[in-house]
Amino acid sequence: MPLLELENVTASYGAVQALHGISLSVDEGSVVAMLGANGAGKTTTLRAISGLVKVTGSIRFGGKPIAGLAPEEVARQRIAHVPEGRGILAQLTVLENLQMGSCLRRDRSGVKRDLDRVFGLFPWMGGRTGTTAALLSGGEQQMLALGRALMMSPRLLLLDEPSLGLAPTIVRSIFETVAGINREEGVTILLVEQNAKLALRAAGRAYVLEVGEIAVSGPGQELARNESVRRSYLGY
Amino acid sequence: MATELLLAASFQGLIQQIAFGLATGGLFASLALALVLIYRAMETINFAQGEMATFTTFIAFTLFTSLKLPYWLVFPITIALAMVLGVLVERVVIRPVERAPVLTLVLVTIGLFSIFNGVTGLIWGYVVRPFPSPLPTSPILLGGVGISYQDLGLIGVSTIVLVLVWLFFTRTQLGLMMRSAALYPEMSRLLGVRVGWMLALGWGLAAGVGAVSGMLVAPITVLDPNMMGAILLYSFTAAVLGGLDSPVGAVVGGLVVGVLLALVGTYIPHAEDLRVAFGFLVIILVLVFKPGGLFGQAQVERV
Repeated sequence: MPLLELENVTASYGAVQALHGISLSVDEGSVVAMLGANGAGKTTTLRAISGLVKVTGSIRFGGKPIAGLAPEEVARQRIAHVPEGRGILAQLTVLENLQMGSCLRRDRSGVKRDLDRVFGLFPWMGGRTGTTAALLSGGEQQMLALGRALMMSPRLLLLDEPSLGLAPTIVRSIFETVAGINREEGVTILLVEQNAKLALRAAGRAYVLEVGEIAVSGPGQELARNESVRRSYLGY
Repeated sequence: MATELLLAASFQGLIQQIAFGLATGGLFASLALALVLIYRAMETINFAQGEMATFTTFIAFTLFTSLKLPYWLVFPITIALAMVLGVLVERVVIRPVERAPVLTLVLVTIGLFSIFNGVTGLIWGYVVRPFPSPLPTSPILLGGVGISYQDLGLIGVSTIVLVLVWLFFTRTQLGLMMRSAALYPEMSRLLGVRVGWMLALGWGLAAGVGAVSGMLVAPITVLDPNMMGAILLYSFTAAVLGGLDSPVGAVVGGLVVGVLLALVGTYIPHAEDLRVAFGFLVIILVLVFKPGGLFGQAQVERV
C-alpha cells in the first residue's frame, strides 16, 4: 500500500514549466530515491509535495488528497521536509531548532523521548544545546536538520540532497543514520540525491528524472545495473 | 568654599536632570519596544503605533469614566483589548499587503495613523481631558535628588514590560515560534507553523505594549487625540539608536534619548525649540555611523 502517491503532477515557476506530469509512488516503510541532473525537477517535486509550489494533478498521502494544501497544513500531516541547503534556523540555538521540530506536538512524554533519541543518534548535540546553529559545521547542520525532522515524529521524511557540500566520511555517516531512521523507526523516506551511487545503495526503489519527467524507474539495484543510468549518473 | 558649594550644586543639578530624563525616557521606551516588535516581525515601522496607543488609552478613559472601574482593573483590560485590536488590524488591514514591498507597508501604516487619529477624534472629540495616574506626583528624595513616585513608576513599568516580553520570547514555545516565523517564514511553515497568525500575534503583542505606553503618557501630557505625536518621534529615535531589531536596545535607547533631551534642554540655551530637530539629528547620526544601532544584532551567518 503506497503511503505517498503522485499522479500526473505538473508545476510551473511563472511561464517555465518545471514538472511535466510526474507519477510516482512511495510504499509505507520504504526508502525511495530520485535521481537526475540539475534542473530535472527533483527539488520541485519535493516542494510540490510540501505545498511550496502550486500544482495540478493528484497528490495523495495515506489515501487523502493533499495537493493544494498550504505547507503548514502538509507538515501537520507529519510530513517532514529537510530542504535543499538544510533549512537551519541559523540564529536560533541547537535546542531551539529541535524544539521547533516538535512545536506543534502536545504529547510531552513523546517529545521528551524523541529528544533523548536524537541526542542518542548525535551525541555531540547534548553538550552543545545552547550553541547558535549558524556556528555549526556543514555536517553538524545536516545532522541538526535531520534531528529536527525526527522531532516532528514524521510518517514521511523528504530529504533534499543531504550530501551537498559535505566531506565523504560525513556523507557516509549521514546515510547510515538515514538508513537507521528508516529501519528502526519505520519512517518512510523520499530522498533526492546527486550522489547516485549512494542513493541507489540506500534506496529500495528509484526514479530517474529528466527535464520534468520520469525517465526510468525500478528497484535501486536494478537501476544500478541499467546501462544508461550507469553511464549518465554513475559515470562508469 | 563658595566654589565648592556651587560645584556640588551643579553636580546635583546634573544628576537631577538625568533623573528627569530617565523618567521621560521610560515614556519613549515602551512605545519604542512596540515599534521594535513589529520591525522584528516584518521589517517595517508601524507609524500608527502611537495613534493605536492613543485610541486604546481613550478606551481606558471610558472604562474609568463610564464604567467607574478601578485602575488596577482598567490597566489589564485595556492591554487585553489592545491586543485584540492589534490582531484585528493585522488580519484585516495588513494581511492583504503582507507580501507587498516595504514602501507599501509603510504607506499602509501611515494610512492607519490617520484613521486611528481621526476615529479617536470623532468618538471622543478634541477636548483635552485629565487621565489618572496610580502613583502620586509627590517627590521623594533619593541621595539628594528629587524624583516623583510617578517618575519612578515610569522607569519601573518600562523595565517590567521589557522583562516580560523577553521572558515570553525566550522561555515560551509560542515566543520561539514567533521568532522563528519572523526570521525564517518558509522553513517555519515546513515545520507546521501558521506564519500568518504569528504575525497577527506580533501585532497584538505590540499593541499591548503600546497600550501600556499610552497609559503612562496620558497622566503626564493630558489625554488628547494628538498626545502621542512627539512621543512617536522620540520613540522612533530611541528604537533606531538602540537597534531596530533589539528589544533591549529599544528600552536602553528610550532612556538614553530621555536623558539627552533633558540635558540638551538644560545646558544648551534656547534648545527647547530644537528638541524635535535634535531627535532627527540623532536618527541621522546613528544611521550614518552605526546603522545597526547600539544593540542591533550583527548577523551571524556561516556559509
